[in-house]
Amino acid sequence: MNRLSSDRLDATFAALADPTRRAILARLASGEASVAELVEPFAMTQPAISKHLKVLERAGLISRTQDAQRRPRRLEAKPMAEANEWLEKYRQFWEGSFLRLDDLLDEMKGLETKGTNTRGARERAPGSKLGAGNKKRGRARSQGKTQ
Amino acid sequence: MKNAGNLQVTLPSDREVMLTRVFNAPRHLVFEAFTKAELLQRWFGPRGFTMPVCEVDFKVGGTFRFVLRAPNGKEMSMRGVYREIAGPGRMVHMESFDDFPMGEAQVTTILVEQDGKTTLTATVLSPSMEVRDAVIKSGMEHGAAESYDKLEELLAAMPLQAGANGAA
Repeated sequence: MNRLSSDRLDATFAALADPTRRAILARLASGEASVAELVEPFAMTQPAISKHLKVLERAGLISRTQDAQRRPRRLEAKPMAEANEWLEKYRQFWEGSFLRLDDLLDEMKGLETKGTNTRGARERAPGSKLGAGNKKRGRARSQGKTQ
Repeated sequence: MKNAGNLQVTLPSDREVMLTRVFNAPRHLVFEAFTKAELLQRWFGPRGFTMPVCEVDFKVGGTFRFVLRAPNGKEMSMRGVYREIAGPGRMVHMESFDDFPMGEAQVTTILVEQDGKTTLTATVLSPSMEVRDAVIKSGMEHGAAESYDKLEELLAAMPLQAGANGAA
């Protein structure tokens, strides 16, 4: 990722950090709209909305169309897509880790139930725990396989 | 696959990323898995990555160092220091990537147990977006580029606040 797109990603996430601006984008996702139309659903003044629109415009998330009278705003797809791609990769990084962690935790629960690790041996009396623990472990394993 | 384990990724502010995930295990086990080198080595990292080096000195002021190896053999290393350890419920550490000298991110990890399940909330506060980019650049280049047609999904992932929803 080069410097330019890093800066743009910065601007995109900064713009997306505000709930009103996200709502404006959600509105524009269903079609272009004039400033007046954008003001309507919010309990905010037109200057306040215009300020949000400027931030979105600077981040390249929206643009004005040529219609001089209404000057409707519309969504620009590329920066949003880049932000989404970033988020998706981040999610994949952790999803991969956590799926493996699920398996490891199942294994740890099993060991603890059997009392074969120190914590399990300390906290549970040997021989008192096989039933319920084993049932739980079996269920978790079969869930793991379907994912 | 999409909802496996229900990992949520949200952006509470322009410098934060928050991960939320439920694990089907009691908190002390999740805590162990996050804090013991021999356990971290078995799960930390994207799919297909291995961790040839995992050194953890888990105490306040103690350091850790991970080396992750991608399926193509490329390695990336990260290190950090534990800043705060409040039992198994909360810990704070700093982390940075060796090849990207852009500063440290602060990670606050909260573990809450209910009915034998544990909810993890990890908030990553970056000094700047570049660190977030670096994580991705170094670790995720092998990942398939996602389709550019996911605006709705992104918006759905962002916590819109009450009142603003009607606009969609």
